[in-house]
Amino acid sequence: MSRLKVETPDQVQLTVERLYKDLERHIVASPPGLCPVDLQLSFLKVCQAQTCGKCVPCRVGLAQLQKLLEDVLEGRATMDTLRLIEDTANSITDSADCAIGYEASHMLLAGFVGFREDYVHHIKEGCCSVHANHSIPCVALCPAQVDIPGYVALVGAKRYQDAVKLIRKDNPFPTACALICEHPCEARCRRNMIDTSVNIRGLKRMAVDMAHADTVPVPEKAAPTGKNIAIIGGGPSGLSAAYYLEIMGHHAVVFEEKKSLGGMLRYGIPSYRFPRERLDEDINAILSTGVEVKLNTRIGNNEGEIPFESIHNEYDAVYIAIGAHTDKKIGIEGEDSKGVISAVEMLRGIGDDIMPDFKGKRVVVIGGGNVAMDCTRSAIRLGASKVCIAYRRRQEDMTALPDEVEGAIAEGAELYGLKAPHHIEADENGNVAALWVEPQIIGPIDAWGRARPIHADVDLLRIPCDIIVVAIGQGIESKYFEEAGIKIHKGTIEALESSELEDNEGIFAGGDCVTGPATVIRAIAAGKVAAANIDEYLGYRHEISCDVEIPAPTLEDKRPCGRVQLSEIEASERRDNFLHIENCMSEQEACQEAGRCLRCDKFGFSSLKGGRNTRW
Amino acid sequence: MVNLTIDGINVSVPEGTTIMDAAKSVGIYIPHLCYLRGINEISACKVCMVEIQGKQKMVTACSTPVAEGLVIYTSSPRARKIRRTNVELILSQHDCNCVTCVRSGNCSLQTLAGHMGIYEIPFKSQVTKAPWDNEFPLIRDSSKCIKCMRCVNICDRVQNLSIWDVQNTGAYTTISTTDNKPIACTDCSLCGQCITHCPVGALKERNDLPQIYDVLADPNKVTVVQIAPAVRTAWLERIGMPEGIDSEGRLVAALKRVGFDYVLDTSFSADVTIMEEGSELLERLPEIKESGLPMFTSCCPGWVSFLTKKYPQLLGRLSTTKSPQQIFGALIKTHFAEKTGIAPENICSISIMPCVSKKREAALLTMRSNGIPDVDIVLTTRELVRLLRADRIDPTTLTDQPFDSPLGDGTGAGVIFGATGGVMEAALRTAHFVVTGEEAPADAFKVVRAQQNDYPDASANSKVVLGDDDERRPPVRKECEFAIGDTVVRTCVVSGLGNAAELVEDILAGRASYDFVEVMACPGGCVAGGGQPIHDNEEWGEKRSAKLYELDCERTLRRSHENPLVKRIYEEFLDKPLSEKSEYLLHSDHVNDGNYQ
Repeated sequence: MSRLKVETPDQVQLTVERLYKDLERHIVASPPGLCPVDLQLSFLKVCQAQTCGKCVPCRVGLAQLQKLLEDVLEGRATMDTLRLIEDTANSITDSADCAIGYEASHMLLAGFVGFREDYVHHIKEGCCSVHANHSIPCVALCPAQVDIPGYVALVGAKRYQDAVKLIRKDNPFPTACALICEHPCEARCRRNMIDTSVNIRGLKRMAVDMAHADTVPVPEKAAPTGKNIAIIGGGPSGLSAAYYLEIMGHHAVVFEEKKSLGGMLRYGIPSYRFPRERLDEDINAILSTGVEVKLNTRIGNNEGEIPFESIHNEYDAVYIAIGAHTDKKIGIEGEDSKGVISAVEMLRGIGDDIMPDFKGKRVVVIGGGNVAMDCTRSAIRLGASKVCIAYRRRQEDMTALPDEVEGAIAEGAELYGLKAPHHIEADENGNVAALWVEPQIIGPIDAWGRARPIHADVDLLRIPCDIIVVAIGQGIESKYFEEAGIKIHKGTIEALESSELEDNEGIFAGGDCVTGPATVIRAIAAGKVAAANIDEYLGYRHEISCDVEIPAPTLEDKRPCGRVQLSEIEASERRDNFLHIENCMSEQEACQEAGRCLRCDKFGFSSLKGGRNTRW
Repeated sequence: MVNLTIDGINVSVPEGTTIMDAAKSVGIYIPHLCYLRGINEISACKVCMVEIQGKQKMVTACSTPVAEGLVIYTSSPRARKIRRTNVELILSQHDCNCVTCVRSGNCSLQTLAGHMGIYEIPFKSQVTKAPWDNEFPLIRDSSKCIKCMRCVNICDRVQNLSIWDVQNTGAYTTISTTDNKPIACTDCSLCGQCITHCPVGALKERNDLPQIYDVLADPNKVTVVQIAPAVRTAWLERIGMPEGIDSEGRLVAALKRVGFDYVLDTSFSADVTIMEEGSELLERLPEIKESGLPMFTSCCPGWVSFLTKKYPQLLGRLSTTKSPQQIFGALIKTHFAEKTGIAPENICSISIMPCVSKKREAALLTMRSNGIPDVDIVLTTRELVRLLRADRIDPTTLTDQPFDSPLGDGTGAGVIFGATGGVMEAALRTAHFVVTGEEAPADAFKVVRAQQNDYPDASANSKVVLGDDDERRPPVRKECEFAIGDTVVRTCVVSGLGNAAELVEDILAGRASYDFVEVMACPGGCVAGGGQPIHDNEEWGEKRSAKLYELDCERTLRRSHENPLVKRIYEEFLDKPLSEKSEYLLHSDHVNDGNYQ
């Protein structure tokens, strides 16, 4: 007999481990609109299977809770049942020995608060209050509801022009979204259930690289209506609205205060991520519909500006899409030292080809969002000798896309995590000399599930530098509009779901100026919504559609297959220039990747309800 | 053409053909259950799974188009196994007490399980029984429902009413009324299309046969039965009579055998309807021309219910003339009672209809004369078949009997009421005579018939407006213009409530304008009514309407105003169309018809 032995997992354990992973992916791809009580019951069953069986609350309690939930689902429960469920869960929470028991009842109680109404609906109405809505997951999650399975299939069939046309039915910025969309569509891709989500953005990139947007003709316009609509702001939201309004036969006039169109796509996103000439492809296609543009034109009461009042009187409707272009102050001592600049200021200059002189300088970027990464990576490209990011939480808490953070690090950025900016030290000439930071430790998790940094019991740290870029968020220049009678709430314009403004007939608003700084696709979606409702407001019902025929699903088996990722130019090659860093996939890769799509537009619930929208 | 092999047979079919249709073209039947061509192509039951050589995943034959070079096996061991499992799973949630099911013998699930030799189900039975309002003329038995979703789709896509919806998710998914409303509180028109398209016994009409047996047993009651035109085209379908047998006389004989005292023909009251509605049209025409809004027919209670609930602002555009069923009922309890000397309260007025909605129409408070209902009991064609079957009446052994008098016979014009366009054609035949004083040939207005697209007729401009949907729906709209005397009458015929809804929207938006519009709730008219015999996945409407038009041709009298019995009833009783008596007995103010709510 040996006293000890080396433990190796057996076949059973290995298989179970693999199934855990499968279940994780399965849950990731959960479609929206499921009965929450039914899900709760399933979670409870998993928890019960984890129970060792020693203690009463966990062994018996969780089993009894399941029975009670089944009563709710099968119409046998009364309001007394709900009280019993709550009491039982509370006593499990209070008496279970280990987390298997008390966390199981925590989950149940969280649901009790979060969807109590549904419990009551089951009891009083005999059915679930949530409606089956397992439509096409990617389309449901795309704010603009782009026909994703449709264009993925078209890319798979190498019909790139048609793919661009189909995307344009819902989004006139196919190139922008191919290059920089945050792709919420991929989050719940049903392909996760097999391996991992389809590279949807990558396939769109394939489409716009093979059929450049300005070479794909825009659809035919409806007969002219004689209506004129003023669009304030030439960013993605304003231009999207202008595009659809023109297609509908109206005339859109865009007022843009800057030198060029594009909004944050030009003045917020550096060209290594989105080359200007690629942005122009989208803009040129949009302008080919006949959109009229007035550049360097500001709405306001100062000299050379156009008062809002006169725009409102002159046009049949107005869409305000001014974006979020002011910087937020950090509010620490020394902030007004020379060399402290805002991210907005820096990126705006770069957008107009005015490059700040960072050569040989030490740059600290404050912030952890995508804009902070844009500033970091731009500073590296501008020749800074050292660029570091000061952030009060950990790397994994950053709101920037992980790829952006890793890209910045690969290009040489240094990350100062858990360092809260404390004050800025200036030299005798008022120039920045250093950023003093207060080290933090990660602390308790807040109600939103995010770990909060707390003060570390150590001394302040000095980071010597010449330039500090503050990238902690943007605000909206709302003051003038507020004076013009537009309702502002917490710094953003208050608009209804329809993008109409309450009490301001004929005025619509959308994009970042309504939502606060958000993604390009949300801004585009807002423009689309505004176009539809402006059309309706003007007394029309023009429909936007696309006659591209979508290929039928192939009969290929859906075997597990890796996801094709877009490669990047090597860090050493890309860090000293603003050339586009991301490569497209090959045709072979694109065909394989498109073939991974499970075609939820044809299979599953969408063949019964909520399938493809061919027009809006 | 696409070439493939199915079960070793070479097949060549056009691109886009499904595997199921390709197999059928060479005589291979692939079992299926939920599939309903053009309406429910959701591949949910997974009974039609077939195997493709070289592919791991099996496909549904109903929804998968053929591809060049495929080698398909429809009955491979895997296909057999999977099909069996899926049918067993469906059976585990189905109440398999077939002996007490109305669809026994005509149930797709029963047939399927029988053919597959499933004699026991390995799964635990999980049958749910949801409560239902059994007073309502439409009954849903959740324990029979197999969630094929056909009812959801036929109501959504063909009738645009969306009465049915998917409820809950996961294993608790089921079908219920939209938002779980009590069925009587929904906008259900009782068209019954969900019943005739249900593959099993989950949807059916309220069984009114017990009431029939009660009145037959009551020695004080005199039973007077009227038979709608469409019933005679269909009542023998499931009994399997040879073709070409005149079924009108046999039907009279069969009903007499059951024990009914009088058997009358609704075609007669259809003729009276024409006299009333035709006169009403001519009277209202100046106002119609001025307002640009048409007069709608009112003989279809499904349509009247639909308008009441969806477009109450248009109720005033309905003809006030009651439907033939109600006109006959009113005349039976008055004129007929007088003539035969039977006290109206001793008469039980029974109608046999191709329709479920007629059950509700007969119960409306506005459908009473002198305080008593015009019609007491309404049976569907299917209930009629059950009634005859219960008495083991063999129609082949019967000899024809004529309809009873008085008020027995109708003209060809009354007979074609059962087909879409029939009311319009019948009305035009009479209107022409009333306006011009001359008889037009009986076939002069044939062009209004839905299927009559190329009939050359110099007197009419006609246009068929086709929908962009599918071939299963009849032409969306049949528009015609007729010069009658100095007036041009613009007519329109639609059937199916989805088509009707589109038409009403166009009229309201000023995109369409007509003088007289015929609407039937069921696609194809009463011949395809919700009370007719069921042939799963087959549409028999056209076949039945052809029979009606044959009967019309065979009649010597083909215009309502020529009917001597009609002439006589006006002479003896009603005076003239739209007389005070007619208005009281034969017309109804639909606007105040609170009962549909």
